[in-house]
Amino acid sequence: MEVLSMGGYGAYVWPAYALTFGVLLLCVAQGRRRHRRVVRELRARLEIGRGESK
Amino acid sequence: MIPWLAVAGLVLVAYGTVAGLFFAPADYQQKDAFRIIYVHVPASYLSMLGYVVMATAAGIGLIWRMKLAHAVAASAAPLGAWFTFLALMTGSIWGRPMWGTWWEWGDPRLTSELILLFLYFGYMALRAAIDDTTRADRASAVLALVGAVNVPIIHFSVEWWSSLHQGPTLVRAGGPAIAGPMLWPLLAMIAGFSLLFAALLLARVRTEVLIRERRARWVRKVVYPEETA
Repeated sequence: MEVLSMGGYGAYVWPAYALTFGVLLLCVAQGRRRHRRVVRELRARLEIGRGESK
Repeated sequence: MIPWLAVAGLVLVAYGTVAGLFFAPADYQQKDAFRIIYVHVPASYLSMLGYVVMATAAGIGLIWRMKLAHAVAASAAPLGAWFTFLALMTGSIWGRPMWGTWWEWGDPRLTSELILLFLYFGYMALRAAIDDTTRADRASAVLALVGAVNVPIIHFSVEWWSSLHQGPTLVRAGGPAIAGPMLWPLLAMIAGFSLLFAALLLARVRTEVLIRERRARWVRKVVYPEETA
């Protein structure tokens, strides 16, 4: 419990860490989402290309 | 290479977080509040390093017309912006108990870091506003290079002007002003965050190159991995 209170500064220390790791996770998620979207769009393009060549 | 960077980064960050939060002794002045340093300094450092990477890559792209360099610059921007946001937020959270205020308008360190955030936003907005990739690359590269002036201003702001912000801890004449048990977790966090930044950057560059080379044959293999197997 003493660790949680951080000598009375727990209300500042913990949110700072939570925010930092939250943003890191967000960066990962954002990159992945974008990659998936781009792959999906490229597939759509290729499908159209295939349709035309037939 | 991305998984290796990520794993190495995570190991360092895990060590730095545990050691910084639980094993480093409390600061004699700031008590346990100083522990915010272990997230604030890496975030701030990468907010500036991210800009240096972006501006350097943009410059290389501008001079040698290298498409990959522009892809790196474009990928560094959103990450740099996130780390700048983190630096500002964790700094604000740290400033509240130490300085008695979340924010101080006109403080040189705080203001120059906020300008850094706006430079990232401006860079991304400019890219988004220009449809033609080549033109977007060139215009945004000029903006990135002009804005690079701000980076040394941020670094030296605490020495050139009077600021609420404390002076440099690590990069100063006479060596780091911090004792071993407090220093090692900090160095581990900086190294770990840098590796994670590199992993995130490379992953974004991969996506960016895919978009730019969408007409190339090899893209088909990346998009349809099952067909080539």
